[in-house]
Amino acid sequence: MSVTSAPAPAIPLSTIQPFGVRFRLKGVPWIPLFILTLVMIGAIGGEYITPHDPNALNLGAAFRPPFWQAGGSTEYLLGTDNLGRDVLSKIMVGARVSVIVAFYAIIFSGAIGTLLGIIAGYFGGWIDTVIVRIAEIKMSIPGLALALILSATLDPGLTTVIIVIVFTYWTWYARIIRSEILSLKERDYVAFAKVAGCGPLTIFRRHLLPNIFNTLLVLATLQVGQVIIFEASLSFLGLGIQPPDVSWGLMLADARQYITYAWWGITMPGIAIMLTCLSSNLTGDWLRDLLDPQRRQL
Amino acid sequence: MKSVLLKGLANALISIIGASLIIFVISRLSGDPVVLMLPIDAPKSAIDALRANLGLDKPLWQQYLIFLAHAVQGDFGNSYRWQMPALQLVFERLPATIELAVAAFSFSVLLAVPLGVLSAVYQGSWIDQFGRILAMTGQAVPSFWIGLILILVFAVDLGWLPAFGADSPKHVILPAISLGWYPVAAQTRIIRSGMLEVLDSDYIRMGRAVGTPERLLIWKYAFRNALLPLVTIMGVYFAAMLSGAFVVETVFAWPGLGRTVVEAVFSRDYPVVQAGVLVTSIVFILSNFLVDLSYSLIDPRIRR
Repeated sequence: MSVTSAPAPAIPLSTIQPFGVRFRLKGVPWIPLFILTLVMIGAIGGEYITPHDPNALNLGAAFRPPFWQAGGSTEYLLGTDNLGRDVLSKIMVGARVSVIVAFYAIIFSGAIGTLLGIIAGYFGGWIDTVIVRIAEIKMSIPGLALALILSATLDPGLTTVIIVIVFTYWTWYARIIRSEILSLKERDYVAFAKVAGCGPLTIFRRHLLPNIFNTLLVLATLQVGQVIIFEASLSFLGLGIQPPDVSWGLMLADARQYITYAWWGITMPGIAIMLTCLSSNLTGDWLRDLLDPQRRQL
Repeated sequence: MKSVLLKGLANALISIIGASLIIFVISRLSGDPVVLMLPIDAPKSAIDALRANLGLDKPLWQQYLIFLAHAVQGDFGNSYRWQMPALQLVFERLPATIELAVAAFSFSVLLAVPLGVLSAVYQGSWIDQFGRILAMTGQAVPSFWIGLILILVFAVDLGWLPAFGADSPKHVILPAISLGWYPVAAQTRIIRSGMLEVLDSDYIRMGRAVGTPERLLIWKYAFRNALLPLVTIMGVYFAAMLSGAFVVETVFAWPGLGRTVVEAVFSRDYPVVQAGVLVTSIVFILSNFLVDLSYSLIDPRIRR
């Protein structure tokens, strides 16, 4: 791996510095960012911008293939499902569930995990032991098994999906943040702050949080894909999002019964999942290289 | 060696007890576990009997000890759908899941090892690129969707392989591929970076200098050392497979533990869910323990 070259004295036109980080426009993952923008537009616009009402039944138009195949028309670009609903419209609206789940799941698991990671790493001692133990025990139950027993106990739906994902992923943040804090707290400026009489809260806010912000941003971006796949899996099993809400996983579960005569039904939502996850992963990789030079070799 | 074994066993035991604690707490989340554990039309006498059996009038920590005592004796209650003890049902279904996980694991290793080694040896070549693309897409799709696409192509369109059930060895192929797909990406990367590191070491250069055939260097001297990091994280992937099995088994109607638990969630057969999740966790914990143990067996540097 090559080491990044020393900063050039003059900033060329093709670089910008939004967060005090200098980066070249050339390396920006434009295509993934474009796809993520489309997903956001679908999620926000929803029913107002879809070509058809995603829930409108039209049995006369059931099982229309995508437009490029014989029998298909540009009216239904990606075809229709067993009840004549437009697949493209459903995918656009389905983006909303993915975005909502990803947003809340990441905010909450990130917040809980970060808080516990900071506490464990900063204070050490018995509190560290307790938090690490709890995390280890939680990780001894495979993710979906935990999700299944939670779903069996709570009523399925959007909130349960978010709770399940937060419960599954907080350890991820806690572990990584804890190890960052362990090294950060040994730095001189933290020691100076302590000597100067700063309390733990001030040290968190002024010295620790700003330093782990980049890591958090990268972790959150890389988590988007995993959360979307997790939600799709739960919804596919029937334990996640419930109809009449539309989700990509739910679309796949519906289309599975008609796999023999409507290939597009299972293909299109899967491609939506793949493109979204691929885009967020690539964006995350790019952010990691940009913000966290130490990990570039990972 | 003995201390490694004892320490590992103690850790495994703590994890198992911890997992049982989490499962117990979750069962109490909804308030009244009796509602969860009995069918909706259960007679009043059955409800009262279960209440007394679970010790619901006692403090929570005593209830947990009762739960633990029952669990140790293998008593999770009866599956009211299958009319048999829940644990017995779980053990009947477990072998099929292990069979699937082993097949999936073999698939992933058989694909990842040559791909990882060749990517390292021919760094930057088309095979390296191919491996990278495979890794990227493999982690961006749910395993059940790969399963659906495999069914679409190989069962529906080509008609080569069966899509459902477990009647012949052929039946395991598609589920194993969809379950084994996910870890291929990470395994390839680990082998690739391990190989790159080893190929750069002095003893390989030395071997090259004295004219050892390249094939021998790569597969005998370098590969064995590059395999070590893979062994350490094998437990993680085996766990990912146990987890993925819940969905993949449902897609392929594979008669294993995963599908049984998913079905039990729907029929509100709570004893089966509880027993199934605990047994899955125990299998997971024990496989991690065995991996740790095998690692110290394989690498003499750790044993000392």
